[in-house]
Amino acid sequence: MQTGIRRIAGLLLAVVVAVLALSGTAQAAAAAAPTAADAPACVLPEITDDDTISILGRICDTRETPQTPVEGVDITVEDESGNVVGEATTTAEGTFEIPLPGTTVDNLGKTFTVKVDEKSMPEGAALRNPDDVTRDVQINLDNDVSVSFPVGEAAGGEGIATQGLQLLVGGIVFSTLLAMAALGLSMIFGTTGLTNFAHGELITFGALVAYAVDQLPGAIRIGGTDVTVVVAVIVSFILSGVFGYLNDKALWKPLRMRGTGVIAMMIVSIGLSIFLRNIFQYVAGGQNHNYSQYAAVQPWEIGPILLTPKDTAVALLGVAVLIAVSLLLQYTRIGKATRAVADNPALASSSGINVERVIAVVWTGGAALAGLSGVLLGLTQGFDYQLGFKILLLVFAAVVLGGLGTIWGAMLGAFIIGIFIEVSTLFIPSELKFVGALVVLIVVLLIRPQGLLGKAQRVG
Amino acid sequence: MDWQNIFSLALQQGLGPSAVVYCLAAIGLNVHFGYTGLLNFGQAGFMAIGGYAMASVVSTWGLPFWLGVVVGLLLAVVLALLLGVPTLRLRADYLAIVTIAAAEIIRQTVGSVSLLEYFGGQDGLTGFSDSFRSLNPFSGSIGIPGVVSWRANDAWVMLVGWILVVICCLIVWLLMRSPWGRVLKSIREDEDAVRSLGKNVYSYKMQSLIIGGVFGALAGFITALKSAAINPSFFATDITFFAYTVLLVGGAARVLGPVAGAIIFWFLLSFLDLFFTQAAATGLIPESIMTSNQASLMRFIFMGLALMLLMIFRPQGIFGDRKELALDAR
Repeated sequence: MQTGIRRIAGLLLAVVVAVLALSGTAQAAAAAAPTAADAPACVLPEITDDDTISILGRICDTRETPQTPVEGVDITVEDESGNVVGEATTTAEGTFEIPLPGTTVDNLGKTFTVKVDEKSMPEGAALRNPDDVTRDVQINLDNDVSVSFPVGEAAGGEGIATQGLQLLVGGIVFSTLLAMAALGLSMIFGTTGLTNFAHGELITFGALVAYAVDQLPGAIRIGGTDVTVVVAVIVSFILSGVFGYLNDKALWKPLRMRGTGVIAMMIVSIGLSIFLRNIFQYVAGGQNHNYSQYAAVQPWEIGPILLTPKDTAVALLGVAVLIAVSLLLQYTRIGKATRAVADNPALASSSGINVERVIAVVWTGGAALAGLSGVLLGLTQGFDYQLGFKILLLVFAAVVLGGLGTIWGAMLGAFIIGIFIEVSTLFIPSELKFVGALVVLIVVLLIRPQGLLGKAQRVG
Repeated sequence: MDWQNIFSLALQQGLGPSAVVYCLAAIGLNVHFGYTGLLNFGQAGFMAIGGYAMASVVSTWGLPFWLGVVVGLLLAVVLALLLGVPTLRLRADYLAIVTIAAAEIIRQTVGSVSLLEYFGGQDGLTGFSDSFRSLNPFSGSIGIPGVVSWRANDAWVMLVGWILVVICCLIVWLLMRSPWGRVLKSIREDEDAVRSLGKNVYSYKMQSLIIGGVFGALAGFITALKSAAINPSFFATDITFFAYTVLLVGGAARVLGPVAGAIIFWFLLSFLDLFFTQAAATGLIPESIMTSNQASLMRFIFMGLALMLLMIFRPQGIFGDRKELALDAR
């Protein structure tokens, strides 16, 4: 069984490295893409890495294919107190560049408002989103900031279908991350019976460790490429696993040995969640954090859909990890043992499986997966100390929907919930998207309490 | 370090309006969890329903305050029915997840921009407590001079609140010594045994959920009245967890457990807050280790730790009976 554990760790690590390497090439491909496009296509100006910050942008007419630039539109930039700090008019390429006064350091953390003068727009043209006339831009990084103002209807004119497709893609990206977190929660429940309310903190832990590595002075380079964040992801994956192992060793195992009931353990996990969350806030503060790399990347335009290389890499990594875990659970000895314990701990124990070892592996693997999903969530949307707590209910929803304790159910449930959340914003306000998912959870429990893939047994 | 100030302010909080709120919420949880064994993690939802019903009836629709109170209580009953139908037949952990989800649904819905005109979005509602405050017999500052004092409005909320607490405790005491209460306790101990005696367990659980939910709605009223405002952040998921801590400190399945728990919880919480804030401000703890922002987090770190240790080493709390909570003290 020892080899099984090592094999799992080795395989997961290999997957992480492979996909992150892939993301590196994707990054390079994305940078090359714009130059390949036909001239007077509508492209963003090059981002320059100098000591000043500029706001770069473009105004494109998306009613035509390929998109055409809109020339002669007046743009102004105002600072927080409403003073105009820069003005420009779009060029023949539809672009504008407004350098902000002062050096990079002066502008960090400030918010600027970019305003489009609608009167200077050509006849019949209007911004696709009418609220877009002013847009707030926050300077968080020492890079130039790019903004783009699409004009007219979405290309192709198939409004809702295109929108739906775009949301579907976003939903799939989010689902893979949700699935990683849900898998850990479900496996831990399956093997120990613990409904772990502190699972959200395992997610946040991953994001925080990666941030700590990222913040270490100096950049880690391999062959001239800055791989700091890649290294951070790997380190946090490993440390999250260690954290999970220690969680079990120091707290949950002794409690199991004492014969503490599941409800008592659930309440203990709530205490742990409050404890850890406030420690995280103590260490990391209340503000939102972003990693030093991959924060602002240009999206690819694949047909009508916008997709950033970062999201693609994240989704691919997520899918690869999920497939790897599935294969491990399906074919390795320890995987089979895990499923046996999840099915019936007493029976598994009597057939010679070392249940405590399986539980230790599950805690390590589950926490590592949760940590990885935390880093990747942080990469896609930034994070704060509440990252995991905020999505904990969605993870629960995914797990319950698929069937508490089932492994395939957790993944299926995560994909249904993740995609539902994004696509439902077509029909309900996006602020209520979590509500929609939670309503689905309750409805499913009404109709099929054991979840989609759960065994039809008495659950009450 | 001004110890007298710290004790005075901690005492002010320990008996103050916040303690009343958590006490009422915990009395509700005591009926659910302590007596019936129902793991309701959505008490914040019942509080939100009560508080928002009262506030919006007065502020949005301009109807009388007392009507708001009645509507709030009725809606809490409706919520209990809605939650109970799908979940009371399920295992305890399912009930926990569904109730926590329901509370979050309520909170995010009342805070949404779509319903801004009714519930005021994230800013919430104000201006509903005038008729309540106009009944205030107090003026100036109330309390024991030199030891502890409250503002007149707080004192009025406290008076009403603690009277409510006494009434609720009396109700719980009378209910739990009746045959009905004994059925509840036996459901907690062994549901199947009760069922085999011909009792309708589902119906008893539903009644318990409704009664505890109504106590939760009372806590929601006091939440809204104590600050004369209401917004979604008053009903975050953590509120339910704090109420559980209050219940477990005092001792579940004890009529006066929540009362003792609320007073101790709030006294200690504000004591820790004041202690660390002053320690950070006076340089007793160096700035490099703890800033004033971090000092305000210490109380929650201790609280989380306390909840864990309490559940592990003394699940019956201070006044509870270990045998009574047999479901967890195995």
